[in-house]
Amino acid sequence: MNNSEKKRMNGEAEEENEEDVEDEGRDAWERTYTDERSWEALEEDESGLLQPIDNKAIYHSQYRRRLQSLSAASAASRIQKGLIRFLCVVVDLSKAAGEMDFKPSRMAVIAKHVEAFIREFFDQNPLSQIGLVIIKDGVAQSLTELGGSPEAHIKALMVKLGCSGDSSLQNALELVHDTLHKIPSYGHREVLILYSALSTCDPGDIMETIQKCKKAKLRCSVIGLSAEMFVCKHLCQETGGSYMVALDEGHFKELLLEHAPPPPALAEFAIANLIKMGFPQRAAEGSIAICSCHREAKVGEGYICPRCKARVCELPTECRFCGLTLVSSPHLARSYHHLFPIEPFTEVSARQLELSRVASKTCFGCRESLLTPGTNKAGPCAACTKCKQYFCLDCDIYIHESLHNCPGCESRRITPAAASVTMS
Amino acid sequence: MATLPSKPIADDVSLLVVLIDTNPFFWSTSSSSLNFHQFVSHVLVFLDLIVRLSQLNQIVVIATGHNTCDYIYDSSLDTDQVTGEGELPALYSFVLQRLEEFVDKDEKLGAKQEGLSEKRASSLLSGSLSMALCYIQRVFRSGPLHPQPRILCLQGSPDGSEQYVSIMNAIFSAQRSMVPIDCCYVGSHNSAFLQQASYITGGVYVKPQHLEGLYQYLATVFAVDLHSRSFLQLPRPAGVDFRASCFCHKTTIDMGYVCSVCLSIFCKHHDKCSTCGSVFGKAQLDAASDRKRKASES
Repeated sequence: MNNSEKKRMNGEAEEENEEDVEDEGRDAWERTYTDERSWEALEEDESGLLQPIDNKAIYHSQYRRRLQSLSAASAASRIQKGLIRFLCVVVDLSKAAGEMDFKPSRMAVIAKHVEAFIREFFDQNPLSQIGLVIIKDGVAQSLTELGGSPEAHIKALMVKLGCSGDSSLQNALELVHDTLHKIPSYGHREVLILYSALSTCDPGDIMETIQKCKKAKLRCSVIGLSAEMFVCKHLCQETGGSYMVALDEGHFKELLLEHAPPPPALAEFAIANLIKMGFPQRAAEGSIAICSCHREAKVGEGYICPRCKARVCELPTECRFCGLTLVSSPHLARSYHHLFPIEPFTEVSARQLELSRVASKTCFGCRESLLTPGTNKAGPCAACTKCKQYFCLDCDIYIHESLHNCPGCESRRITPAAASVTMS
Repeated sequence: MATLPSKPIADDVSLLVVLIDTNPFFWSTSSSSLNFHQFVSHVLVFLDLIVRLSQLNQIVVIATGHNTCDYIYDSSLDTDQVTGEGELPALYSFVLQRLEEFVDKDEKLGAKQEGLSEKRASSLLSGSLSMALCYIQRVFRSGPLHPQPRILCLQGSPDGSEQYVSIMNAIFSAQRSMVPIDCCYVGSHNSAFLQQASYITGGVYVKPQHLEGLYQYLATVFAVDLHSRSFLQLPRPAGVDFRASCFCHKTTIDMGYVCSVCLSIFCKHHDKCSTCGSVFGKAQLDAASDRKRKASES
C-alpha cells in the first residue's frame, strides 16, 4: 500500500522496468501481498481491540505536499498565471479506448470525467474557452469550436462516443495548431491530450509538428491511460507542458482536475493587452425582447449589450451583433483568488501545540477541539503565518482549496499603511 | 477534494448561522429609528422562534465587529445554562452576556490603533463569513445526517471596498457548497456586496422599510426552512447591479478595458497597467529589456 501511494504522491508513471527486474512468476496482485503487507499497519490498543487506521493524516500530508510544490513553483520566479486560456481537449477514441481496464471502458470513464472537468474549468476560468477534438480511425476531427458554454461541449461529447481504428498524434496536433493559431495574442494557448493508445500512425514527421507547436507557443500536456510513451514525453518537454500517466480511475480524475486551475505561464507566451469588455445590466422585469441567441421573443430576465442594445440570455458571452465580450463583475472576481493567493499554513506538531499558551485549544475557523478525540493530548494542526491562529487539518484543506480566505487574517483590522497589496 | 453531499436529516431541519453586526461606528451614528438595544431584542426573539420551530434546529451566532469577529453562541454545545437570570430565559441572558464581552474586546482592540478616520465605518464581514463557512463545512463532515445549513447576515454597516475580493471568495465558496446567504440590511443605502451574495447563492435580500417591525420581517421571511421556501412568495431581487467599477476612479462603468494579465478594469485606454505593471501591446520580455536599458542609460 505504501509503495503505490508514494508513487502517486510523486506523480511518476508506472515503470515497466520493475516488472522485468523482479520475479516474472508473480502477478502484480500477488506482489502487493509479498511486498506491501498491509496487515502490518494495523494496531491494537491496550485492551486488544483494533484501532481504526487514521487516513486523515495520510490525506493531509498528501495535500500539503501538493500545496508545497505549487507554491514553490510560483514563488521561485515571478511567474504570472495565464488567466485567459484557450484550451483544446483532444480525446483519443481509437480502438485502445475500448479497453476495459478502466470500468466499464476507458472511453466511458474519460467521458464522465471530461464532463466534470469542463464544468470545473469554466467555474475557475470564466473568461476562457474550450474546444473539443477527437481522434478516430487515424483522423482528427474537431467536435466543437472554441466556445465558452459548457453545455454545448458536454452535449456534443456524449453523442459521439464510439471508438475504432488507429490513433494519430500528428494529425491531432496539426488540427489543434490550426485552430489555436487564430486566437488573439493575449490568450494562453493550451492543449490537453487524453491518450489511450500505445502507438501513433502519422502521415509525416511528428518531430517537425512538435517544433511547429513549440514555435506557436502551444503548451501541450498529455494524460496517458496505458503506459508512458517517449513521443508524448518529448512533446511535453519541448512545449513546457506536463505528462502524467493515470494509475486508476481515481488517479485519472485527480490528474485531470489538476489542469483546471490556471497554470503558471511564462510572461513571453502571451502579450498583455487591454481587452474591451462590456458589463451589461439586467433587463427590466417584464420587458419583452427578441434574444440574439435563440431568435425568439423572451420576457424579462436577460442582459442588454451596452453597445448595440441587443438582448443576450446568459453571461459570459460575446454579443452576436457587435462582437463585444460581455461579462459581469463576479466572473472577473472568480479569478482574483489566483492573483492574490493565501500562503500555505505551517504545520504545528502536537508537542508545539501543548507548549503554546492558547487558552482554549480549538480551531479558529470551526471551533472544533484540536485535542485528539477521547484523550487530552493535542493532535496535529496548522497555523497561519500572518495572524498566528490555529486551524484544524480539515479547515486547512478547505481554506486553501475552496475558500481562499484565512478567517484569522480577515478578522483583523489592518491599518491602511500596512495593508498594501501589490501584484508585480 | 469536494466531499460528497451528505444527506440532510429531514426536509425541514435547518442550521442557521446568524452574523450580527455590532460595529459601533454604525450603531452610534445611525439615524434610523432602531438603536442597538432594540435591534438585539428583535434578534433574540427571532432566535428563540427558530429554536422552538423544531427540536433539531441548530443556531450559531457570530458577531461582526469593527476590529474582530467571534463566535457568540452555538446551540449544539452543552452549556450549563439551566436557569436564566431573573425573568429572562437562559438563551437570552447567555447571548447578552457574550455580546457585552465581545463589544468590550472589540473596543479594546480598536483603542490600540490610532489615527483611524471615521469614514472607515465598515465592519469585518469577510471574517465572519469565512468563519461561518468553516463551521458549515464541519457540519457537513460530522456524519451521514445533518441539518440544512444557511447563513443570515444582519448587517447595517456600509460595504468596505478593501474586502471585495475576500467577500467574493466567500460567496463563490458558499455557492459551491450550496449554502444560501440571506441578508436583512438595516443600514441606510443598499449594500451591493450583500445583494450580489444573495443573488449568486440563491438567498433572499431584504431591506426593511419599517425598522420598528424588524421582528416581523425576520419571522415571515427568514424563519422558514429551505425546503418550504419553494411554497412561499419571498421578496424578489429588484435590480441587482452587476456593473463593475473602474480601478482608477471607482465609478461604475458599463463598458471598459480589462487587463489580460491581472484583470483590472479601466475606463480609458492606458499604456501601462497600474496594478501589475505590464506594458500593453508589447511582449513582456521586450518591455522588461526596454526598462533595463533605460535604467542602465540613465
